[in-house]
Amino acid sequence: MIHTDRLTKRFGTVTAVDGVSLDIPEGEVFGFLGPNGAGKTTTMRMLASLVSMTSGTGEVAGCELGKPADELKLRQRIGVLPENVGLYESLSAYENVAYFGRLHRMDEPTLRQNIERLLRMMDLWEKKDLPTATFSKGMKQKVALARTLVHDPILLFLDEPTANLDPEAAKTVRDVVLDLKRQGRTVFLNTHHLEEAQRICDRVGILRTKLLTVGSVESLRTGASGKHTAVRVDRPSEQLAATVRARLAPRTVELSGDRLVVGVTDPEQENPEIAAAVMAAGGRILEVSQLSQSLEDIYLKLVHEGGAPA
Amino acid sequence: MRLSQAWIVARHDMSIFRRRRGVLYGLIALPFAVGIGFPALVGVIVHRGTGGLESYLPDLVNAFSFWWVIGAGILPTTIAAYGIVGEKVEKSLEPLLSTPTTDGEILLGKTLAAFLPTMAAVWAGSVLYQVLVDLETRGALGYLLYPSWGMAVILFVLAPLACLYAVEFSVLVSSRVTDARSAQQYAGIIFLPLIFIYIAGEIGTIPLDTVNLLYFSGALAALVLALFYVSLRLFRREEILTQWK
Ligand SMILES: Nc1ncnc2c1ncn2[C@@H]1O[C@H](COP(=O)(O)OP(=O)(O)O)[C@@H](O)[C@H]1O
Ligand SMILES: [Mg+2]
Repeated sequence: MIHTDRLTKRFGTVTAVDGVSLDIPEGEVFGFLGPNGAGKTTTMRMLASLVSMTSGTGEVAGCELGKPADELKLRQRIGVLPENVGLYESLSAYENVAYFGRLHRMDEPTLRQNIERLLRMMDLWEKKDLPTATFSKGMKQKVALARTLVHDPILLFLDEPTANLDPEAAKTVRDVVLDLKRQGRTVFLNTHHLEEAQRICDRVGILRTKLLTVGSVESLRTGASGKHTAVRVDRPSEQLAATVRARLAPRTVELSGDRLVVGVTDPEQENPEIAAAVMAAGGRILEVSQLSQSLEDIYLKLVHEGGAPA
Repeated sequence: MRLSQAWIVARHDMSIFRRRRGVLYGLIALPFAVGIGFPALVGVIVHRGTGGLESYLPDLVNAFSFWWVIGAGILPTTIAAYGIVGEKVEKSLEPLLSTPTTDGEILLGKTLAAFLPTMAAVWAGSVLYQVLVDLETRGALGYLLYPSWGMAVILFVLAPLACLYAVEFSVLVSSRVTDARSAQQYAGIIFLPLIFIYIAGEIGTIPLDTVNLLYFSGALAALVLALFYVSLRLFRREEILTQWK
């Protein structure tokens, strides 16, 4: 659904997005993570043919990026929810959504049907005729989401759709994304909400101008630095660590607080041997556990180091 | 360029400014004030009945017709400024630009949304004006001042051109400012030359006869064309999203 090769955008001397190559299959919910200024919005705009790319190539929803003849076709197939909702506040929720349906050349019966279905889903049908100026931030975001979905796009670009929303509105937005996923639509989601990415995305990419890593949340958690077994001992010491290290070579063994942290590939297989080695070295084991990095650990590590994981 | 797509944009813009009472009243009030006010003034002059009315009344009235050109240049600036600055303020340009609508269609839609109501108001007001002036002067002059070729050039050539000129200028200004009020103030600069022409006509330096009006039309048409290219260059997706403030 999305395929890019070294997508790059420069503003004058500033490189906003540098050589991003992505492959996103149909039906995937892809989370694009990165700190402010990472280039998430710029990438999204390039993919939606809203801004040109400086170099690279890309194909989105069967359309070639940068090819003028494909531009309208591409924008007909996708739905974009920008960072700023951008509603016409003097118009009602219904009118806001209807305008975008018309711009997508929908026939009136389908348009009416879709607006009703979407506004009911967003719990806004009773308020459909009120000017959106009177709406809360969460309600406005829901109207904007309905506007983005009204023409049944096959691919959605959502730019931080839950930022600054109250928990209930944020949940509605997430439920809508999950619903879209069930319908087999593809969603490209910019976010810096890690827990959200973990919960609703099939795969995530972490961006800081360059694409630092891409993978499922699970594979990132294990792949970023491998698996580790932690052995909490009674009297930790560097000497104990050194003895255990010698016994367990070539595995890595580090002392961390009151724990010996051992790099492993298959914990179930190796843990008994590790426990035996610690005991043989004279350590009294209080607890053996698996260390698991949260997405947040990986994210912070990557974003701060800036380098790709080993 | 699909006219039907531009028309969707135009209809939407018109439905928004219909809700802005100030804009709507201005659009109606100005043409009617001129359409009734000036004939009333002419009436006073005629009824005072000083001699030589036949020699100066036609020139006075003719020059005054030029107000419809000035009006056509003033009225659309508010609508055009709101049409673009309004979207900037509401940050609605990005979603609009992400629909399958070309930049040209959006620009044309916004132009139509300012042009059509303005011309409707100018034409309606001018019909009232011509009828009332004729009623006041027919007795004294013995013939009808309107309709005339000069007025035809004004209403069907000069006024539409002045209106387009004002809309384009508003587009240029709107891309550089962030509130509608200052957009209007800048756009106001453009009808100063028109006012000079009117004054020159009233004091007789440049007689506003049909031939001269056609010359003005030619010059204005060239300006409209030049500004059209500038506004088309400025009103590009990429510019709007990355350069406009
Ligand atoms: N129009 C622009 N002109 C110059 N620099 C820009 C422009 N838009 C974005 N940038 C720069 O590009 C970088 C990426 O911005 P953006 O894509 O908005 O990041 P994000 O959405 O991840 O916060 C930032 O350093 C920003 O300053
Ligand atoms: Mg952003």
